[in-house]
Amino acid sequence: MNAARDPAPPLIALRGVSKVYGVGDAMVRALDGIDLTIAEGEFVAIMGASGSGKSTAMNIIGCLDAPSAGLYRFKGVDVSRLTRDRRALLRRRWIGFVFQGYNLLPRTSAVENVELPLVYKGVSAAERRRLALEALARVGLEDRAHHAPSQLSGGQQQRVAIARAIVGRPAVIMADEPTGNLDSARSREIMALLARFNRDDGVTIVMVTHEPDMAQWARRQVHFSDGRIVADTARAEAA
Amino acid sequence: MLWEAVRLALQTILRNALRSFLTVLGVVIGVASVIAMVMIGQGSTAKVTADVGALGANLLIVRPGQPQQGPGASAGTAEPFTLRDADALEAEVASVRVAAPASSRQITVIAGALNRTTTVTGADNRYLDAREIAVALGRGFYDSEARSGTAVCLLGQTVRRALFGAGDPQGQTLRLKSVACRVIGVAEELGASSFGTDQDDFILIPIRAFQRRIAGNSDVSLIYAAVRDGVSTDSAKGDIERLMRERRRIGPGQEDDFNVFDMKQIASVLTGITGVLTGLLSGVAAISLLVGGIGIMNIMLVSVTERTREIGIRLAIGATEGQVLTQFLVEAVMLSGFGGLIGVALGLALGALGSYALSAPFAPDPVILLLAFGFSAVVGVVFGYFPARRAARMNPIDALRHQ
Repeated sequence: MNAARDPAPPLIALRGVSKVYGVGDAMVRALDGIDLTIAEGEFVAIMGASGSGKSTAMNIIGCLDAPSAGLYRFKGVDVSRLTRDRRALLRRRWIGFVFQGYNLLPRTSAVENVELPLVYKGVSAAERRRLALEALARVGLEDRAHHAPSQLSGGQQQRVAIARAIVGRPAVIMADEPTGNLDSARSREIMALLARFNRDDGVTIVMVTHEPDMAQWARRQVHFSDGRIVADTARAEAA
Repeated sequence: MLWEAVRLALQTILRNALRSFLTVLGVVIGVASVIAMVMIGQGSTAKVTADVGALGANLLIVRPGQPQQGPGASAGTAEPFTLRDADALEAEVASVRVAAPASSRQITVIAGALNRTTTVTGADNRYLDAREIAVALGRGFYDSEARSGTAVCLLGQTVRRALFGAGDPQGQTLRLKSVACRVIGVAEELGASSFGTDQDDFILIPIRAFQRRIAGNSDVSLIYAAVRDGVSTDSAKGDIERLMRERRRIGPGQEDDFNVFDMKQIASVLTGITGVLTGLLSGVAAISLLVGGIGIMNIMLVSVTERTREIGIRLAIGATEGQVLTQFLVEAVMLSGFGGLIGVALGLALGALGSYALSAPFAPDPVILLLAFGFSAVVGVVFGYFPARRAARMNPIDALRHQ
């Protein structure tokens, strides 16, 4: 507690983090004391079979859920002690989300979807529109700004979702199976976009995937099995 | 942030226009009926008061019979009045301006090929004076006609229309039983009374003619006493009772065998009745408003379930519990607010229509409008709160996973 603050604490630091669901006989230990540190600017793929605990880890890292035991520090802040609303504020400021099912608001135009995080940040309407159009341009969808999600292809919807994730200039993008619903060509486009934001903007990317092809885009792969980390390998930097 | 919530709520409401409309229909009907009921109620109360005023707020009706009997009760066995009683009332009671004797009977009258059953009242000019009936066409009775009981008559507008249409009845002859009677004039239109009876359905003939040629006696069935301006009807009533007890030789301790009826009593009874009715109807209307509120809660709950994923997205992106709560609460309040506004408009329209039908004055009460509208907003808050809280407390992970 009274220890001097590390001048630059790691972005994400999990120490002995466990997550338990249910009670008694129905108790499930989804995470079993994992340690994981992710520094700013990394591109990490979290891999594992379903039920390996990777999604639970993702939810905790993304501050959507609190650990049952152990310590999780995000930018040096102890997330396990934060209230729901405090975690919401943390997500709002630092974390962008990309989901497998895109999760855009239906019957809401692309640009309005991208504006959404800025609404909660209290950005003025004009500024919101400007930033959202800029983000859409960065994913190559400026000409689709006023289309509703139902008028967009899956790949386009996922690009809108990425624009929504980056519009607030987050420190980290949490991507949960971002290519799970897409064909391989579309998947490569999405991965290229994520890799570009990682390289150009220095946004940390934590991606859950079960596809080795997609994991190849990351520079580090963390393998989960039965709630534990079984492998943590850095890929040699491509030439 | 609140403005954002309002904008968002507006969007959601408009995107589901039909559902939104059906949702608020309950509140619309509730608010409209409360306003219409209260308005019609107040209008009819005002009309009753005005009618009674027109009938003569200063008018006392003296009738033979027990005092506890109402205005419609029969004279029973009590001794009837005579013309001299009326004369004495006017001459000896200072607080009475004019006392008009009257006797009535339902008679079928014939004019040429037409006939009509109407109330034939034996009276004289004092009756016109006391009841404030003006002559629209022709003239009232001459004193000579009153004294000698000449068979002449004055028609109410309804009788005139029934027997003579738009034509001029002056100088025409009517047959009242066996009496041939010359028409001398037509009274001005009086309209319907608060009870809904037609006040223009009458024929007046000189009371002596009535007594001698129709009733065959010298009875006077009631006396209208108009009280002098500036004198209270209560004190005039006391004066009349004292005189009548004396004239009818009622000893001390004996009960009156006549009664003096004050029109103000009718007014207060009628106002009481309309008040109770207004209260009852408004109560029913308020219940429908409550039901409307429950309808809003139901739809908001459905909406929360339907939009679970949306709530998950908003929470993941960084919306706080309070922000989601505000969003849904604002939506519910706006829904019921819209309902309230439409309800106020509809209520005013219905109230105007109702007032017109009852020919009561159209008097929208701003307090009631505000109250009904405010109540609908409160309904929104109360019934919107539970679904809104449910949305706000959702776990973002579960909400996102919701299909």
